[in-house]
Parts: sequence; structure tokens; C-alpha cells
Amino acid sequence: MDAILFYILAFFAVLGGLLMVGLKNPLSGAFALILSLCSLAGLFAMLHAEFVFILQILVYAGAIMVLIIFTIMLLNLKKEEIEEAPVGWMRLLLTATVCAAAAFGAIQIFGDVQPVTSQVPPEFGNMETVGRSMLSSFVYPFEVISLILLVAIVGVVLLAKKVI
Amino acid sequence: MPGWLDYVIIGAKAAFIWAFALSLLPVLIWFERKGAAFIQDRAGPNRAAIYGVRLAGIVHNISDVVKLLMKEMMIPPHVNRIYFMIAPVLGFTFILSAFAVIPWADRFLVGGRDISMQVADLNAGILFILAITSLNVYGIVLAGWSSNNKFALMGGLRSTAQMISYEVPLGMALVGIFMVFGSAQLNEIVRGQGDLLFGFLPRWGVFVQPLGAILFIVAAFAESNRNPFDLPEGESEIVAGYHVEYSGMRFALFYMGEYAAIVLSSAMITTLFFGGWQIPYFPTEKIVAHSATWLKVMLAGGAIGSFVFAAVMLAWSKRIRGRFGDRREGEGMFLFTLNIVAGAAFTFFLVKVLGLAALPEWGARTVALVAQISTFAVKTLFWCWVFIWVRWSLPRFRYDQLMRLGWKSMIPLSFLNIAITAVVLLLLDRR
Repeated sequence: MDAILFYILAFFAVLGGLLMVGLKNPLSGAFALILSLCSLAGLFAMLHAEFVFILQILVYAGAIMVLIIFTIMLLNLKKEEIEEAPVGWMRLLLTATVCAAAAFGAIQIFGDVQPVTSQVPPEFGNMETVGRSMLSSFVYPFEVISLILLVAIVGVVLLAKKVI
Repeated sequence: MPGWLDYVIIGAKAAFIWAFALSLLPVLIWFERKGAAFIQDRAGPNRAAIYGVRLAGIVHNISDVVKLLMKEMMIPPHVNRIYFMIAPVLGFTFILSAFAVIPWADRFLVGGRDISMQVADLNAGILFILAITSLNVYGIVLAGWSSNNKFALMGGLRSTAQMISYEVPLGMALVGIFMVFGSAQLNEIVRGQGDLLFGFLPRWGVFVQPLGAILFIVAAFAESNRNPFDLPEGESEIVAGYHVEYSGMRFALFYMGEYAAIVLSSAMITTLFFGGWQIPYFPTEKIVAHSATWLKVMLAGGAIGSFVFAAVMLAWSKRIRGRFGDRREGEGMFLFTLNIVAGAAFTFFLVKVLGLAALPEWGARTVALVAQISTFAVKTLFWCWVFIWVRWSLPRFRYDQLMRLGWKSMIPLSFLNIAITAVVLLLLDRR
């Protein structure tokens, strides 16, 4: 049961990623990315990391992707405006070789790693655990990130506002 | 390892909450039409009839559904076909899946089993609803974009901007609830609302978080795209917004999605701020201890209600006799008979249980369950009515006013709410 679910979700995660790169229509690409993100969220849910699962959907699939789609829709590219880059067979061959080599290497390295499910503690990815670790062991990175975000917000306001 | 019975229980729970949500949709459409008519001082739909029975316009819903099912589902030639067909399904699916975490009764103890009356008891339950409703915007955006129509695109863009803006105060209003009840699990939040405040006031979210409750309700209105926040479909400006190009059952799916969103918002408001399934002054254990009395009172109430309604119907059918000259006059007698039968059934069961001093354990638990489900349903239905009430009483915002309210008033107020809650909790030293 778990294995079947895992393979379905993993299949869609990979499929979404491939489609995002492959599809010509930018909006289709964005939706493929959403598919990938949601499947990834499902994988988190399978690890009983409910909070991470919800955040994945809420923040990535919900908020960030909405902004990306908003931009795509506002630009509203026509088909003829998307430049068609010619893809030569040499380039294809090179890409295929590199991908195959990477896949082979990955299998060599991670081939005998055991499944992680049994090693995850039951409270992994809970709201309490995430919150506690954010305010205790990871308090400095947390504060630095919030400072960076604040700077980004102020910067956006400055850039968007022409005259102050 | 879960046995087959666990799967049956989970399936039954999912079926229950979906049946609850879906069966409220026709009721809400009826509410909306009759409520609008009542507020605008007119009769409302009263023509559709089956053999003269029109049940104050409920029958109109059936004719509506038949009409929508029979209509051709047009696909205009200029649309993006795949997205055009997916969009209505997406919106409705997401809304329905968000019902998974709504609790509708206290845990049900039977045969050594502890069944929580909630499909998925997630650790961060309320955030799940936020996540799912944030996905809901895709249905609208896709519909607007794929229609390839300026009005539809405008509607889609408006709705995106509105939903992003109002998700922030919606989430921020929840922080106060987390702080007071110390949990994000919906069932825990409802259980926390069972105590009394100062010995007489139920500790409902609305009493401990008044500002948060107002912010949440306003943001919930905006999230479900209802008036006064129904800019995405403002018919006076952009025809009908994102669903201009839709017809037949695809259009109906948007419509149903809107009503399902109302039910979801009402259930959330009830659960978080109005005690959920809690009956004020009567926590579960108290109901279980006095279950025989509760059963008798409930049956007696049902009997009295049925008989009173039957009497009203009898008087009404006498009053309209000879006025219309068709089968409409028989309606009063029809409802009268129905209610007499119901009242007789209630009385019969009341006489049966009158001698009982105490119920068996499972019976007592069932009585508590039924009482709590009814309480939850009544509260939810009340909030559904408020949604309709507001729609027909308030005018629509202008778009810049909408944005100003969201970003410049509600978000600062929600921060203020968090600060006040933190200070008060620190002073009370409750945590």
C-alpha cells in the first residue's frame, strides 16, 4: 500500500518536473510545477510530516505559484512571441549522455541506502517540533532569514515607488 | 495494521461530511432566493411545481438542476480547451477536500473504540484548510485565463489579487486562536471552548478573541468571493467575470463551488469562534450522564415542534382555501399530514423511553452524538444565512477600497490583535 502510493506520487513529482522544462506554453509549465510540488507534498505526508506537507502546499503551491501565474497571465505571451531555439542533434546527444552518466552515478552512490521511513521519529515535521527547533537550535538562521525578508520587502517598496 | 472496520469507519465519515456539505447546497440556493425575496419584499420563486406541490419554492431547485443538466455545455472556439474543461472541476474538488478536517462531534466511544468525528485529525488541522483554499484560486484563475476573453481575464486577475490579499489577515486572525487554545488541531480547539468564562460565559472563540473573530469573518467573506467582496464577478463592471464563457453543468460547478465555499467558511467560523459542536453549559460527559433526560427532552421537542408546525399549516390551508382554485391549496394539508405523522412517531418513541431511568453506554453516547451534530448543523446553517443576509443588504466595494481595507486596515488590526492577545496571556499567565 505504502509502496504503491510512494511510486504514484514519485512518478507525478518527476513527471511534473519534466513537463515543466519540456512544455512550450509558460502557463502549462507553471501548472506542471504545481503538480510536482503537490506530489512532493504528498511524499511529506507519507512521512507523517503533516506540518511540512501543509506548508509545502500553502507556501509553494498556494502562494508562490499564484504569483508566478499572475505574472505569466499579465504578460500573456502569444505563441509567436516565444522564440524557437533550434535544437541540434549534437546538443541532444550531449544532454542524454550527461543525464545517463548522472543517473548511473546516482544509482552507484545511493543504490544500497535503506528506506528512511523507519528512521523518522514520530514527531518529525509536527508543528511543535518545527516551531521548537526554529526558536531554539536554529534561532540565528531564523532571525537572519527574517531580516533578509524584511530587507527584500523594503527594497520592493522602494523600487516600486518612484517618488518618495 | 488497520483492519477492514477502520476503512469502513473512515469511508463512512468521509461520506457523512460530504453528504452534509452537498445536501446543504440546494438548501442554500433556496435560502438565497427566498432570503433575497424577503429582503426585497417580494415573493420569490413560487411557480415550479410537481403535481401542485411547490414547498415554498424548494421544488424550483429541481427544475433548475434539470435545466442545467439538459443544457449544452458550449466550448467556444477561441478557448484553451483542456484548461477550460479542467477549471470548474479543480475549484470544486479543492473546496470539498478541505472538509476533511472539520470536526462535527466529540469523540465517539463504542465497543472499546475511540472514533474521532473528523475524517483526518491532522496535527496542523486549520492550516490544512488554509492550504487547500489557497489552491482553490487556481480554478478561478484558469477559468479566467483559458476563456481567452478580456472580461474573464479581468475577473480571474481580480480574484487572484483579492485572495492573496485576504489570506494574510485570515491566517493572522488565526494566530490569536492558536495562542489562546494552545493548539492548531481543530478538535482540540473545540474542546477548549467547552469551559466557562467567569462562571457563566461559554469560553467560545468569539468571547476570548472578539477582534480576531471580526477579522476572520470579514476575511472569510472575501475568500469565498461573496458580496460585498464579489468583485471577481461584478456583473455591472465585467459582465460575470471568470465564468462568462461557461454554460450548462460547467457553469453549475462554479455555482456549487461558491456555495460549498460558503458552507466551508460557515463551518470554520462555527468551529473556531462559536464553539463548534459544543452545547453551551453541557459538555459531553454531562450529556452522557443525563442521557435519558436528554433523549426525552429531544423527543418531546420534536413532537411539540411537529404538532405546532402541523397546526400552523392547518390554519394556513384554511386561510388560502378557494383563493387559487388549483392544487396549491392542497399543500397545507399535505404538510399537515406529514407533520402529524412525524409528531406521532416522536410521541410513540417518547412513550417507549419514558420509563427508562438510564440508557446503556452506547445509547448515551449516541444521544450525545446526535445532540452535538445537530448543534453543529444549526450553527453552521445560521452562518450560511448570515452570508446570504449580508449579500442582499450591503453594496459592493470599489476595487481600490477593497485593497485598502485588506492591506491598510485588516492586516495592521490583525497584528494588533496578536500583540494584545500576547500581553493579556502573559498577564494572566495561563500558559
